[in-house]
Amino acid sequence: MGYPHHPNPRETTVLSKHFGEADARTLDGWKKRGGYKALEKALGMQPADIVNVVKESGLRGRGGAGFPTGMKWSFMKPGDGKPHYLCCNADESEPGTFKDRELMRWTPHALVEGCAIGAYAIGAETAYVYIRGEFTEPLHWMEQAVKEAYAAGIIGKNAMGSGKRIDVHVHKGAGAYICGEETALMESLEGRRGNPRIKPPFPAVSGVFGMPTTINNVETLIAAAPILMNGAEWYKKMSLSNPKSTGTKLFSVCGNVQRPGTYEVVMGFPFKEFLYDLCGGPLHGRKFKAVIPGGASVPIQTMEEAEATLMDYEGFVAGGSMLGSGGVIVIDDAQPMVTVIARLARFFAHESCGQCTQCREGTAWTTKILERIRDGEGTVEDLDTLLDIGEQMTGKTICVLSDSCAVPVISGIKKFRGEFEALIQGRRFHPVTAAVA
Amino acid sequence: MTPDLVGDLESPDYASHDRAAHGPYTPVFTGDVKRELDELLTHYPTKMAALLPALWIVQRVHGWVSEEGMAEVAGLLELTPAYVKGVVTFYTMYHQHPVGKYFIQVCTTSPCGICGAEDVVKALVRHTNTGELGLTSPDGRFTVIEVECLGACGFATPVMVNEEFIESMTPDKVPELLARLP
Ligand SMILES: Cc1cc2nc3c(=O)[nH]c(=O)nc-3n(C[C@H](O)[C@H](O)[C@H](O)COP(=O)(O)O)c2cc1C
Ligand code: SF4
Ligand code: FES
Repeated sequence: MGYPHHPNPRETTVLSKHFGEADARTLDGWKKRGGYKALEKALGMQPADIVNVVKESGLRGRGGAGFPTGMKWSFMKPGDGKPHYLCCNADESEPGTFKDRELMRWTPHALVEGCAIGAYAIGAETAYVYIRGEFTEPLHWMEQAVKEAYAAGIIGKNAMGSGKRIDVHVHKGAGAYICGEETALMESLEGRRGNPRIKPPFPAVSGVFGMPTTINNVETLIAAAPILMNGAEWYKKMSLSNPKSTGTKLFSVCGNVQRPGTYEVVMGFPFKEFLYDLCGGPLHGRKFKAVIPGGASVPIQTMEEAEATLMDYEGFVAGGSMLGSGGVIVIDDAQPMVTVIARLARFFAHESCGQCTQCREGTAWTTKILERIRDGEGTVEDLDTLLDIGEQMTGKTICVLSDSCAVPVISGIKKFRGEFEALIQGRRFHPVTAAVA
Repeated sequence: MTPDLVGDLESPDYASHDRAAHGPYTPVFTGDVKRELDELLTHYPTKMAALLPALWIVQRVHGWVSEEGMAEVAGLLELTPAYVKGVVTFYTMYHQHPVGKYFIQVCTTSPCGICGAEDVVKALVRHTNTGELGLTSPDGRFTVIEVECLGACGFATPVMVNEEFIESMTPDKVPELLARLP
């Protein structure tokens, strides 16, 4: 549901239907809205059947990578004699992304329900919801919802009278973007520094506490309930472009736009109409210049690319970028691209865990060079150096944070080279300014 | 998180803060707080997993996490103090020195940056009289720091005052915000 909670008729509100309704946060309010019916149904099914429905629905991970959820769940082998775990990734720290925050603070019981369904489906008795420490409001509502659900016997040692044990625990992070990376999250949950692990082994083989683990994003888990209630066919039909992208998706929109907020549309919705009609277009007297459509880790789009894009996994790739986390950052003509990109590089430098040389050094040097160009002290060679560093940072490290830093830099130089050059040449052509700088 | 290598990318050096200017350490985990920890331990198959929650409790009680606090947690969770310190220093939210009564965090990452976050930072530093980011005001009331994305980018500029999360802060609203803090 769009900006402060009045729906645009062109949205399709499945997950965001109850945003803004304070009453939906309580157990009673949630039950009145049909809450926990999906869990009840799930507990009456065989876990393998739940996995099949989710597989059939085409649901893909909403955390960034878009991995098919049903398939991920099917990697958890039943009857292996080991405890299984479900981790819910609520670390949401990717710049531009704030949809999980809305989901948790308006519909916390939806996530408790999603976790319980997910846990049951993968044969886990315990689900951990890892919420970033800065999310005080979502933490409050989630803790409250978990407490209510335990008191009502919905979760606990005999979940809804099914005889199945399902525990859900909220775990508070302590400030580290990297803990959103799945194996770093597990390290952090175990009480360690949040350093990503080398893969393989993958979490389904050896995850948190060395046991088979599935990790899913908040939005992914919440989507499981309506899929179980309405069926895979219903979900699959919500697709306007490519059949490999199904269902609705939350897009959180920020930056230089009339109506920032979290919007829910069917996969394949035209991005141009989304930006101009739903989000209200640019601020008065300004023009859109660029969009980063999937959180800070995806390539920057020119407006030409963005306006031709259909909003799904394949559509964003065709439009020169990626769907990522669905965090849409809109940049207008009043913003210098170099400043925007330099600040993103600084973000990645700050958040690098420091294990890999390419990432630790690459993010720091990229930031230094970009800031010097921003300050009018760049040289012509700097652009080649940046591209070279970017290449060295890609595909060579333990996790993809390193690649993520290179992405806005490389795409920014490629698509907005003129702005970089103008700043560099500004110094040459105006030696007086350069001396001051 | 790699302050040695990106030193000049970091906020002002926190080491300048006076860690000694506090009284003798009083243990945190007694009575109800100990019971709270015991309950937390039932959530996990290992004691170590309760480390982050335990450190949160120390910070809740003392306002920051001192070496003594780390040692107390280490003892309870069967870890070494050095290990605990290694974990504490990885995360940005544990204070390793005392901070102002109101700890103010402002997001300045690009999505907020293009909506005017820098001006919010300047207004906060000016009106709190802290002089510089990361330092505490002479009256001990305020510490202001810049932080990375707070996950509320559509509500630029988000500001946290201790546990309170405030959306859509602007420079003009800063005096009003500070005035209402007791
Ligand atoms: C540096 C980094 C940060 C990430 N941050 C998040 C995050 O905050 N939330 C999230 O759901 N996924 C995040 N991811 C993706 C997770 O690693 C993982 O793919 C995801 O949680 C899987 O859930 P899904 O299949 O439901 O999407 C991040 C990945 C990387 C490399
Ligand atoms: S790529 Fe960067 S963040 Fe990821 S493990 Fe290596 S150093 Fe850490
Ligand atoms: S960039 Fe400021 S809250 Fe995300």
